[in-house]
Amino acid sequence: MEKKKVKLKDHLKEVGLFNRRLLVALLFVIVLTLMLILRLCYLQIIQHHLYTTLSEKNQVTLLPIAPNRGLIYDRNGVLIAQNVPVFNLEIIPDKVNNLEETIEKLSKIIELTPEDKEQFYKQLKQHRRFDTVPLKIKLNDDEVARFYVNQYRFPGVLISARLMRYYPLGASFSDILGYVGRINEKELNKIDQTNYAATNFIGKVGIEAYYEDQLHGEVGYQQVETDASGRIVRVLKRIPPKPGENLYLSVDSKLQLASEKALGDNFGAVVVIQPSTGEILAMASNPTYDPNLFVKGMTTKEYNALQNAPGRPLFNRSIRGQYAFGSTIKPFLALEALNAHAITKSYKIKDPGYFSLPGSSHVYRDWKRGGHGTVDVIKAITISCDTFFYTVGVKMGISHIHAILNDFGFGQLTGVDIGEEIPGLVPSPAWKHKAKGQPWYPGDTVISAIGQGYMLTTPLQLANGTAILSMRGHGFKPHFLTKWQDAQGKFHTKPPVTAPVVHADPQYWDIVIEGMQKVIQPGGTAARFGHTPYTVAGKTGTAQVYSTYGKGQDKNLPKHLRDNSLFIAFAPIDKPEIAVSVMAEHSKDAKMIARKVFDAYFEEEKEEKQKHETKSNDHSQSTH
Amino acid sequence: MKLNPTIILKAPISQREKMRKMNRTLSERIHIDFFLFFALLSLTALGLFVLYSASNGNSLLVFRQIARLGIAYFIMIIIAQIPPTKMRLWIPWIYLIGVLLLTAVLIIGDVGKGAQRWLDLGFIRFQPSEIMKLAIPMFVAWYLADRELPPSFIDLLVCAFIIAVPVLMTAKQPDLGTALMLAGTGAWVLFLAGMRWRLILLLLLAAAAAMPALWFMMHGYQRQRVLTFLNPESDPLGAGYHIIQSKIAIGSGGVFGKGWLNGTQSHLNFLPEHATDFIFAVLGEELGLVGGLVLLAIVTIIMLRGLYMSTQAQDTFTRLVSGSLILTFFLSIFINIGMVTGLLPVVGVPLPLFSYGGTSMVTLMASFGVLMSIHTHRRLVAK
Repeated sequence: MEKKKVKLKDHLKEVGLFNRRLLVALLFVIVLTLMLILRLCYLQIIQHHLYTTLSEKNQVTLLPIAPNRGLIYDRNGVLIAQNVPVFNLEIIPDKVNNLEETIEKLSKIIELTPEDKEQFYKQLKQHRRFDTVPLKIKLNDDEVARFYVNQYRFPGVLISARLMRYYPLGASFSDILGYVGRINEKELNKIDQTNYAATNFIGKVGIEAYYEDQLHGEVGYQQVETDASGRIVRVLKRIPPKPGENLYLSVDSKLQLASEKALGDNFGAVVVIQPSTGEILAMASNPTYDPNLFVKGMTTKEYNALQNAPGRPLFNRSIRGQYAFGSTIKPFLALEALNAHAITKSYKIKDPGYFSLPGSSHVYRDWKRGGHGTVDVIKAITISCDTFFYTVGVKMGISHIHAILNDFGFGQLTGVDIGEEIPGLVPSPAWKHKAKGQPWYPGDTVISAIGQGYMLTTPLQLANGTAILSMRGHGFKPHFLTKWQDAQGKFHTKPPVTAPVVHADPQYWDIVIEGMQKVIQPGGTAARFGHTPYTVAGKTGTAQVYSTYGKGQDKNLPKHLRDNSLFIAFAPIDKPEIAVSVMAEHSKDAKMIARKVFDAYFEEEKEEKQKHETKSNDHSQSTH
Repeated sequence: MKLNPTIILKAPISQREKMRKMNRTLSERIHIDFFLFFALLSLTALGLFVLYSASNGNSLLVFRQIARLGIAYFIMIIIAQIPPTKMRLWIPWIYLIGVLLLTAVLIIGDVGKGAQRWLDLGFIRFQPSEIMKLAIPMFVAWYLADRELPPSFIDLLVCAFIIAVPVLMTAKQPDLGTALMLAGTGAWVLFLAGMRWRLILLLLLAAAAAMPALWFMMHGYQRQRVLTFLNPESDPLGAGYHIIQSKIAIGSGGVFGKGWLNGTQSHLNFLPEHATDFIFAVLGEELGLVGGLVLLAIVTIIMLRGLYMSTQAQDTFTRLVSGSLILTFFLSIFINIGMVTGLLPVVGVPLPLFSYGGTSMVTLMASFGVLMSIHTHRRLVAK
């Protein structure tokens, strides 16, 4: 009984103890529940605003939309630079956990070359973490399909349909259009990063670079809701981009192709200018390169191979190739000699086949052994008499030579709208003193008079000078852009800009042009040019190549760089439509190349006329 | 004369039995506590609504959860039918089997998400540590039931051993969350049994002192979780991402929430694990503070009922068991919400009846089954 009593006591005590403990536990539960409630109040009331902002920031992103790059047309509306849709594999680095692993995994479904990866890592450094960086461009349909099947495995990786630049006529226009390429670090610092936020490509050289601002357009934006892996769930707002402006160039793609064809295997350049406007109708060179390669992107190896290929395809001869004038300088000097009254139309010399300065035994040879006999200014041009021009050059002096060449736009940038131009060189005593620290010797004047020595010009300058000559001094600045179409579809024309007028007595122009006309006639240096249905005035030239000016005379140059042939000409004489300059490296073909270019031009013109006539005939018939 | 007392005693008992059987309420007859049952049902319903949204309207997933819930409720009802006396007889064996299964897991267990927690029996895969959630408190209660309370030091040591073995084995898997819950369940029993306050304080101090040692025992990811808890913004895209996104979800919900199915954090996948451990963040985002308070209100009702039920228990064993089980339920709610709201470090503890997944739900409902059994059998126990 005693034991039972104790137990009973214990039992009560235990219940009491348990209930007390349960009460403590209840208090504990209440305190913890209150803690949770307070925590929720803190997050959902006090910090609500902050977290709402964060939540919106999470899902709403402002995505830039790249504007469509402006198209480029030739003078007849032929598309020469367009945009084609391509599928690119792109990565948002910020959304990818392990970049290397992701790329490794990607390479199992889409073939990635080491170059792709190299390009990607290069690009990676130039982009912000949350921008898309292209990993591989131009995926084929198979690759696109394979990626979409596996997309769930690759958060932060996406395929974007983009427009990529494409040059349908490829290599034929690379010297004019240049190309676009991926934006590099240097360019990144120059451009307006906001406007280029969605743009991957930028004009690097040529028209593409010169008119970059017009071609690029303005960036657009879309406010989108994205999920955690960066996929767009829906578009909330869209500010469309303003597309780039469409450019219309003066180039005639048919003539451009014909010029290229005329050059054939010759390394060289052809420039065709419309003298009445300064519009460049063709500017072809050989060898050249496919600008589409640059859009796609090349490896260093491929680039180096192209850079060092025979004839240096990347070298834009028309505007960067500096050549001695050779005899093409003569018409210009003849005009100046007449203008400066150093000679008259009837002024004659007896050509023994060489020239010596008074009191000097040094002999400057004529290209023809034994000389040309009695030579006046017209004949001097026609047969390209060196002795005549030695004499006349010395007679009028270097200052006149310098002045007239400057008037015709030599030795300075023509201001053509593709940039990268090189000015060439028209030497003067002041220049020589400054550049060489040497006085101007009379001998310098002698060789300058036949376009040798320090004299350097570019094919574009030659064509430009010829155009001014053909217009009898009233020329225009050479240019490509004639009109453009803005984002609203409105056309704007760019009127031609006149070049400084070269003043000379009308009869002096006649004399020079007569001499040039005779150049292509029997007895002239370009008699092989042959009979033409149109009137032509031209001038041949033979010249030596200098890689840089200031290298001195040509003696040390390798033989294969000698004797380039040059030819300048315009037609028809009374109302010039085209002025042409041709430069053929270590070849005598310049005049024959020019002939093909002229023929192509007038053939085309004839066809156009016939077409017009039949058209207008149809029209008149229908009206009657 | 020896037989007499039995004969005399037998008659009144059987009479009383009969009487009692006649007087028994419906609740006692089917061994279901309606109050608790409906409170659980409302919590379950709320949970399913949130899960539907958290799963992006995946009704298949919700149906699967409903099927699991059905099984869980069924098990609760079955267990509620078993008298506590029977449970008391079986519990040492259940504990023993549990420890053996834990050993088996460590040796041949399936690896899921980098931890060895599962035992594949061919037809079913389960986590033996879940059995321990019931076996530990019940076995400790079994041990203490016949002893004088408050427990002596020796008894406490034995209990500590009973608790420590499965806890350490679970921690070894490693499953820190469950190990923590197991330790908590055992601790509740000792606390309710009247373990001295001095000793409790001493243990807490010792635990605090042992923290550094624990640090070295932790796995890399466990350490990371603690570090992240201390400063989630230190690694916003790595380990801190969960907790930052979860806080954004809850905070942006405000008082009334963004509306059911309109949570951007979860639907746009910013919130990780939004159908499982972090489901409370979905509730917070879509139903706001109001939703959170409703949840806590239901939990409080369950707690009050559960605690009341344990005060009604008739002997030490059932008292300790029911008290510790209901408090364990609260603990798991608190740890989960505390972790999702950034009050506690991220330990993998699901939100009972909300989180998608089966095992822990079955255990939880089984513990409610035990609770109901104890309550509805109490007049039988009280002789």
